[in-house]
Amino acid sequence: MPRARMKELEPIEILSVLDEDGNFDKELAPDIADEKLIAIFRAMAKARLFDERLLNLQRQGKLGTFAPVRGQEAAQVGAVAAIEASDWLVPSFRETAAMLWRGASLEDIFIFTAGYNEGLAIPDDSNDLPTCVPVASQLPHAVGIAYAQKYRQTGSVVMAFFGDGATSEGDFHEALNFAGVFEVPVVFVCQNNQWAISVPRAKQTRAHSLAQKAIAYGFPGIQVDGNDVLAVLKAARDAVTRAREDCLPTLIECVTYRMGVHTTADDPTVYRDEEEVEEWEDRDPIERLRLHMRSRGLLDDKAEDAMAEELKDEIESAWKSARDTMEGLTDPSMMFDHLFAEPTTPLRAQRNAFEALRDDRKAANE
Amino acid sequence: MAIEITMPALSPTMEKGTLAKWLVKEGDTIKSGDVIAEIETDKATMEVEAVDEGTVAKILVAEGSEDVAVGTPIVVIAEEGEDASDVKPAAAPAPAAAPAPKKEEVFEDTPKAPVTSVAVADPAIPAGTKMVSTTVREALRDAMAEEMRKDANVFVMGEEVAEYQGAYKVTQGLLQEFGPDRVIDTPITEHGFAGLGSGAAFAGLKPVIEFMTFNFAMQAIDHIINSSAKTRYMSGGLVSSPIVFRGPNGAAARVGAQHSQNYASWYAHVPGLIVIAPYDAADAKGLLKAAIRNPNPVVFLENELLYGESFDVPDLDDYVLPIGKARVCREGTDVTIVSYSIAVGESLKAADKLAEEGISAEVIDLRTIRPLDIDTVIESVKKTNRCVVAEEGWPTCSVSSEVSAQLMEKAFDWLDAPVTRATNVDVPLPYANNLEKLALLNAGDIVKAAKAVCYKD
Repeated sequence: MPRARMKELEPIEILSVLDEDGNFDKELAPDIADEKLIAIFRAMAKARLFDERLLNLQRQGKLGTFAPVRGQEAAQVGAVAAIEASDWLVPSFRETAAMLWRGASLEDIFIFTAGYNEGLAIPDDSNDLPTCVPVASQLPHAVGIAYAQKYRQTGSVVMAFFGDGATSEGDFHEALNFAGVFEVPVVFVCQNNQWAISVPRAKQTRAHSLAQKAIAYGFPGIQVDGNDVLAVLKAARDAVTRAREDCLPTLIECVTYRMGVHTTADDPTVYRDEEEVEEWEDRDPIERLRLHMRSRGLLDDKAEDAMAEELKDEIESAWKSARDTMEGLTDPSMMFDHLFAEPTTPLRAQRNAFEALRDDRKAANE
Repeated sequence: MAIEITMPALSPTMEKGTLAKWLVKEGDTIKSGDVIAEIETDKATMEVEAVDEGTVAKILVAEGSEDVAVGTPIVVIAEEGEDASDVKPAAAPAPAAAPAPKKEEVFEDTPKAPVTSVAVADPAIPAGTKMVSTTVREALRDAMAEEMRKDANVFVMGEEVAEYQGAYKVTQGLLQEFGPDRVIDTPITEHGFAGLGSGAAFAGLKPVIEFMTFNFAMQAIDHIINSSAKTRYMSGGLVSSPIVFRGPNGAAARVGAQHSQNYASWYAHVPGLIVIAPYDAADAKGLLKAAIRNPNPVVFLENELLYGESFDVPDLDDYVLPIGKARVCREGTDVTIVSYSIAVGESLKAADKLAEEGISAEVIDLRTIRPLDIDTVIESVKKTNRCVVAEEGWPTCSVSSEVSAQLMEKAFDWLDAPVTRATNVDVPLPYANNLEKLALLNAGDIVKAAKAVCYKD
């Protein structure tokens, strides 16, 4: 009848590869071709510029509410850079950088942010799910998709994103519990950006880390420096390998920071100190990668300027084409589309009645 | 005075069981708490304990007897001072149990008195088709098994659906035929497996999610409504959500207020969902097959009290019914009774009683709640000019409210009396047996309402 310590559980690792000055640990760094690293830098820079343009258009009243990505570019791009095109991305609502890496078009994101569901349509050749706003509800979906991959033996893995606040939801627990019990190929990527609107990370859980929650579900968890794209990529690759080869889940906690607003409807200056934001500005994920690449001769002023020009042109041209597309999306009857695979009889009747009413109004106004 | 022990009801829905084993013999002395017999129900094997002291005077039902109805005297106990050999049973034992049924009929409960009705041929059944008496439970299982044989994307997931064969034995035999990858026992969280099913459907599988009862699905309603019913719409039509949420709905028998609710109007309120609530076994089979094939999310509401009832099911290789089509299950000329699920049975009984009083009632089974086939109801009302909507559920914001409202809008000029609802009492369902009966809709309520709209009360 002992009273003793339980058998040692798998410890929770922490991982950091790149420091704030761009120096890196060669032993820990993932093996990555120069071209891919340049592509990652470009994707992070593109997400930052696009985010700024979205914010600017939202402030002009041209777009609706959205959740900016500023500060989380490494945590997102580093993670999705570890999965293949045939794998699945299951985003939350702030994964613009991840979605762009996966091939979502700037135009579609503009269209969705302007309020049209057509902008959420997934390209036919992509497996990814659209943005999911109900907090954490995408996590059981990810496990269901992962179950489908296992059942059909596709060899694909699922990568699901969520924030620190989502770990308090029942969905988080249920999804991780099922993933452990069913042993499915899924990678849970927690973007611990320190704030759930105005609620700080410390008020979500008394636990020392979010990564350690994996222990309770019987699979590995790791905490990485989420502003260090090399660390995120390394941890994600390990998790993807575990998912693909052993059909086992992993929880990755990316410690990062929401440098901007929660959404465009939020003003963080009322609940957090500017000093805290400044501290994290010093750990800006794009700047760290920039310094690192410059030190390795992968980037110079000329290349950076050219890249910035190209990205700006790309964004402006997407906005122009989004506006053209939205011109064609103004038929109000479209609100009756896509509710069912085929419209039901009452839905058809409702649409007809709506159109007749509209015609009557139009006639009355003329 | 001799004490007669009767076949006990070991679960709220048990109607009969097998007397598996006697642990005492005639002449044995027993005391309170002694286990005297083992009884098998459709759910488990349970022990029967003696409550009183005495001597086993006469065993009335032999070991191994199957289908012993609840309430049948099984043993007589002589009290102290009585001569066990003199003791006679107080009443004659129930008639001998029916011969052992075939394996697939093990869970077939005693059918209630058949409801006579003027049959209206369902156009989907060719003339001369052989009809097979089938329980609703078996019909649902057959529907799932047939669709699973046909399409490897179809799988069943829920609590107790695999090893235990379903809390109400609806998934009986599926694990054995299709294996654990397709018949999946889950951890206990409706929210979790409804969400997991939603995701599996997004990825192209066709999940059939069983809720042990729809009372528990309240925990999962975010995934039914926000995940399943909205994703096609919100993805501009590109992510499909072919999923069926099924399980018993409505009151069972003495399971208390939290386990006795009808959710038809809750789900019927939601654009993007299809809501089906069949009454008989043929509809259960034909509509569940249609639901599994449907590319949209379907809420399929069964009824626990109907699981054991037998109905004719056409012996066809692939019996699939159209979703969104009501059925005139009895023709009449004086009043239309609109109903669905278990209340259809009460409506048919009411129609029989009304016929005795010279009132000819037409009974319509909505079968699908959303999309609602109001046209069939209107056609009937044009003929009868009077309508009662009968629903085993609360009246406020109910399916019967919706039918009434649509008749006001679309058939007002044909009505000779106000559309009237016959429903449960608008309170949480009482647990006490007498109060529960009083609170639930029955045929008498429908008769009363029908006579009122015919101005014949």
